Amino acid sequence: MTDYMTNNASPKTLYQKIWDAHLVREEAGQPSIIYIDRHLVHEGTSPQAFAGLRAEGRKVRRPDLTFAVMDHSVSTTDRTLPILDQDAKLQFEALEKNCRESGVRLFDMNSKNQGIVHIIGPELGITQPGQTIVCGDSHTSTHGAFGTLAFGIGTSEVEHVLATQCLVQSKSKTMHIVVNGKRPKGVTAKDIILAIIGKIGIGGGTSHVVEYAGQAIRELSMEGRMTVCNMTVEAGARAGMVAPDETTFKYLEGRPFVPRGKEFQEAVARWKQLPSDPGAKFDVTVELQAEQIAPQVTWGTNPGMVSGVTARVPDPHDFKDLNDQKATERALHYMGLKAGTPIVDIPVDRVFIGSCTNSRIDDLRAAAHFVAGKHVNKSIKQALIVPGSRGIKAQAEKEGLDKIFTDAGFEWRDAGCSMCIGMNADVLPPNERSASTSNRNFEGRQGRDSRTHLVSPVMAAAAAIAGHFVDIRDFALESVE
Amino acid sequence: MKPFITHTGLVLPLDRVNVDTDQMVPKQFLKALTRQGFGRILFYDWRYLAGEKPNPEFILNFPQFAGASLLLTRANFGCGSSREHAPWAIGDYGFRVILAPSYADIFYNNCFKNGILPAELSEAQIEELFQRAEKYPGYQLSIDLPNQTVSDNYGLTYKFAILPSRKEVLLEGLDDIATTMKHEPEITAYEKTHAATATMFDQVDVKNYS
Ligand code: SF4
Repeated sequence: MTDYMTNNASPKTLYQKIWDAHLVREEAGQPSIIYIDRHLVHEGTSPQAFAGLRAEGRKVRRPDLTFAVMDHSVSTTDRTLPILDQDAKLQFEALEKNCRESGVRLFDMNSKNQGIVHIIGPELGITQPGQTIVCGDSHTSTHGAFGTLAFGIGTSEVEHVLATQCLVQSKSKTMHIVVNGKRPKGVTAKDIILAIIGKIGIGGGTSHVVEYAGQAIRELSMEGRMTVCNMTVEAGARAGMVAPDETTFKYLEGRPFVPRGKEFQEAVARWKQLPSDPGAKFDVTVELQAEQIAPQVTWGTNPGMVSGVTARVPDPHDFKDLNDQKATERALHYMGLKAGTPIVDIPVDRVFIGSCTNSRIDDLRAAAHFVAGKHVNKSIKQALIVPGSRGIKAQAEKEGLDKIFTDAGFEWRDAGCSMCIGMNADVLPPNERSASTSNRNFEGRQGRDSRTHLVSPVMAAAAAIAGHFVDIRDFALESVE
Repeated sequence: MKPFITHTGLVLPLDRVNVDTDQMVPKQFLKALTRQGFGRILFYDWRYLAGEKPNPEFILNFPQFAGASLLLTRANFGCGSSREHAPWAIGDYGFRVILAPSYADIFYNNCFKNGILPAELSEAQIEELFQRAEKYPGYQLSIDLPNQTVSDNYGLTYKFAILPSRKEVLLEGLDDIATTMKHEPEITAYEKTHAATATMFDQVDVKNYS
């Protein structure tokens, strides 16, 4: 049995405990070899890795610990129709063939468990506390919400893990981000993480693994913790983690890939040893006060270009650093925004509620709760709801959320990455502006010359109804989670 | 992988902070099945106008920078997506060295898998190089990896930092997988002693789960 227990003389962080428990080989002055418990694979970043293995005559070492899914390029409309995008089709076929030949479990686009890779890992209980999880995808940080060391890797490393079930790694520095106090009504996990990125900057977490703590984090649901960990990579950090607790165990119990009965009790006993020991040292500590966080809206072309909804679009000269001034000027030009414009006066063309950041059942419930009985504004060209997985889609339909959305004028779609990245047909057209619950507002991210504003699901829903951004706190607050 | 020891070449100054990997290789090119041919689409949206007409305002299209092999840029280069297509494109275009004050972690790591040296210098040193690249037409830099130096023909020499293990990977053009596979007995031993995490629970309903 893996034992995370430490003696009181040398208190350890959660990260240190998982690291120590996964050391296969350690040598002074060299990076270590660490074991990988779960390897997630998607169609976009894996074909070259499988091809590389084949070229060298190597095999997948642990197909039983490898899970594949189609998510990035899948259609969110009718999947019985032929796939018109030939490149996407070839990638799906390659993944299918690679999985079949190597014995890797694949959730293909017709599986009832299909969904975005970072949504289905936790949903099926593949993700568990104390594990190491990697995927050729930067938002692998999502899984850290379970007290898991999870991070994105490149395709060469995907190949390395396929071949050896290990990775060569150096230890990261640690950052403790403590969000004290109680989250105000209308302020969600998304707002917390956007506020954190706004504070430390998009390079602020570079070469660090973050552990989140504090009342506002503890009080988040697993869905909310996943949102926070998901976007940790947008602050440049290697990974984000939340120590497991009763919320975690309750979420996991009974999920398909989680042990049952006595084995579950034993697993919980092990997981309870994971939280950082009292007195454990972090390299950096950052503190925020939840009461001071407002609903956030990004105005620029990276997630750190963000402010509270009551603010105005900044002026490049508000920044001291010359590089920041230039970047802001460029961003405002790209976004078609004038300095000094109140954020709430920015009109929106399309609304996208989806992505591995905010497409879980909690997100859909919160958005549906807000839109019930209202209607999407006439000025809105399209309002999309894309559940993160088919499991979530089925659950939402059971609760009648789909009906609430379609009655209000939203489109109800099948599961996938969709307009987060626009690799399928869900693309934001040039010069159009979105309110999006995804995680990246980079130039061209949702479509060439498209303009993305990142917000929480309720803020996106409210923008769809109003036709522009609004301060969700101005609405009947009882109706907002 | 081709070993990297020394390199001299033309410098292309890309004066932007936080250049993300979505800019290097936009999503429509992530549907490829091979690692080759990405140089043509490097910085696609910045580099080309409608109809793939070269954008005359973007530096990669300036004739004086044709054939550049050192990319000089600003902080947090390579942030965002983990796509290794980004270093594939950079390498395929012909860049062998990047010079910046800082890099995003995953991108930095990916460079070493592709024989690209991401050299890290201070903000002030990078600023000086930008000024020199502007002042001297055809500005070239020489990299000496064993001695960890960057130097030009006008008397400038900077030392850059790099982890010894990283340096070794580039100098020898090592294949990481083969190196790790040498430790096969240790991996097997680990799997035996860590069955709780290194195995999949054999639950009844897991069998047919797809
Ligand atoms: S939803 Fe977006 S960020 Fe998440 S895995 Fe898909 S493309 Fe990446």
